[in-house]
Amino acid sequence: MQIQDTPTLKAEARNLNFFYSEAQALKNINMPIYDKKVTALIGPSGCGKSTFLRSFNRMHDLYPGNRYEGEIRFFPDNTNLLSADVDPIEVRMRVGMVFQKPNPFPKTIYENVAFGLRVRGETNKRVLDDKVENALRNGAIWDEVKDRLQELAPNLSGGQQQRLCIARALATDPELLLFDEPTSALDPIATGAIEELVHELKKRVTILIVTHNMQQAARVSDYTAYMYLGEMLEFGKTDEIFIKPQDKRTEDYITGRMG
Amino acid sequence: MTPMTTEQIRALIARGKAKDTIFQAIGIICLAIGLLVIFLLVGDMLLRGLARLNLEFFTNFASRKAAQSGILSAWVGTILVMFVTALAAVPLGVAAGIYLEEYAKRNWITDIIEINITNLAAVPSIVYGLLALGVFVYTFGFGQSILSAGLTLALLILPIVIVSTREAIRAIPAMIREGSMAVGATRWQTCRYHIIPYAMPGILTGVIIGLARAIGETAPIITIGALTFIAFLPPVPFTGEPAAGLFDWVMSPFTVMPIQIFNWTSRPDPAFEVNAAAAGFVLMVMVLTMNALAIWLRYKMRKNIKW
Repeated sequence: MQIQDTPTLKAEARNLNFFYSEAQALKNINMPIYDKKVTALIGPSGCGKSTFLRSFNRMHDLYPGNRYEGEIRFFPDNTNLLSADVDPIEVRMRVGMVFQKPNPFPKTIYENVAFGLRVRGETNKRVLDDKVENALRNGAIWDEVKDRLQELAPNLSGGQQQRLCIARALATDPELLLFDEPTSALDPIATGAIEELVHELKKRVTILIVTHNMQQAARVSDYTAYMYLGEMLEFGKTDEIFIKPQDKRTEDYITGRMG
Repeated sequence: MTPMTTEQIRALIARGKAKDTIFQAIGIICLAIGLLVIFLLVGDMLLRGLARLNLEFFTNFASRKAAQSGILSAWVGTILVMFVTALAAVPLGVAAGIYLEEYAKRNWITDIIEINITNLAAVPSIVYGLLALGVFVYTFGFGQSILSAGLTLALLILPIVIVSTREAIRAIPAMIREGSMAVGATRWQTCRYHIIPYAMPGILTGVIIGLARAIGETAPIITIGALTFIAFLPPVPFTGEPAAGLFDWVMSPFTVMPIQIFNWTSRPDPAFEVNAAAAGFVLMVMVLTMNALAIWLRYKMRKNIKW
């Protein structure tokens, strides 16, 4: 089974620059995102990995003064996600996101997952029920919450909240799922559950994950990109990056000499 | 620096604690002064007015005879005016607050608007009365009616509603808004499903505090020409001959509690002072009830909102 050597492209950053007002946070980034693979973004704090991640669903558009240059091409339709002609809402309909700190809405478990469907105009109770259950199953949390869907989501434990947020993002069948340090607020057991889930999810969705945890990047990702001071220093298959980094700075970082 | 001995450490802590105690005492005294004044005022009013606080006081119109005088037209007028005020101020203020927080771009225009709203809250109420006299009473031809009074007080509390709406919205963490937008919601969907419901306890509190301020306002109501002696009630919808329309009452002349109190205190006959004290106590109870309602609502609604 050596045929899947050339994976298909799901997205590609081309000459991407990003500015918070005057300050340039991303410098000329070029990087492929492969379909149904997990790509990890690593690098020291402030290197721009979250900024890069949040470009993929135009989260920066929520705040004034932010500016992109360059492109993020999205396939198969070759849309430039950053184009001024593309509505950020259209982008967010296709690209889901899970945040660093679990952020369930102060509503019921059911309504948290159903929200994305309601936004898309779904009102049929049967369809909603089905899709909510499906999403919760895919988020590996169905068994824990199936008997209390009408309870308030913030009453769940941190790990459960985060899996609920994953289910919320999955409910609307995103093509790309962004994870912004999804386990940094969780204990090791909850972290393990999320990692397992990420592994499971790549069968159905492309994943881009920011992580501070080197072992996590090594465990969950197929590809890894190392970012430093707004630049992408190195990108490659995870095994190769971790075993034989090309750049001295990458090596220092992953071996713990810097970071 | 050489390390301190245990005795020195204990002496140091004792000195620090002494200051704690002193400040605590000062704080309790200050608090007691404030509370005492209020209790004395309310208690004094209650004692003076007690003789008149019976059912008839609430069901009688004002009269030339102090002992038969009541506050019927005043409390009905106050409630109706408050109703109009709330009806006008809440949608305007909440919508303006949401717009400023969720939609408006930050630039010099919004900065100026922001400064103006803060200033509006500080405009003396008599100025609102003058404005209302020109605009509502004469230009719009609403006359000396419940509608004019309600709209005047709505203007007065609009800044309070806007500011409390904005503060309630700002208290919602950015990650909740981002979570909503991240699944593809529009700004309005985010407001409708998240921002407004989660801000509601704060908004309601602001509205009620605004109304509690408006309920005691006298100057602007006198300015627009509210009558001080009203011996009838606004028409109840669908009653009378010919039958009154659903909204005829808004054009009715009226009086309100503070005006009634003002009227009684300015009479030479000391018997009316008892009436004024009794009415003052009733007004006080109305305000405290509204504040209690605000606290209860906030507690009730916040129970289910956490992040």
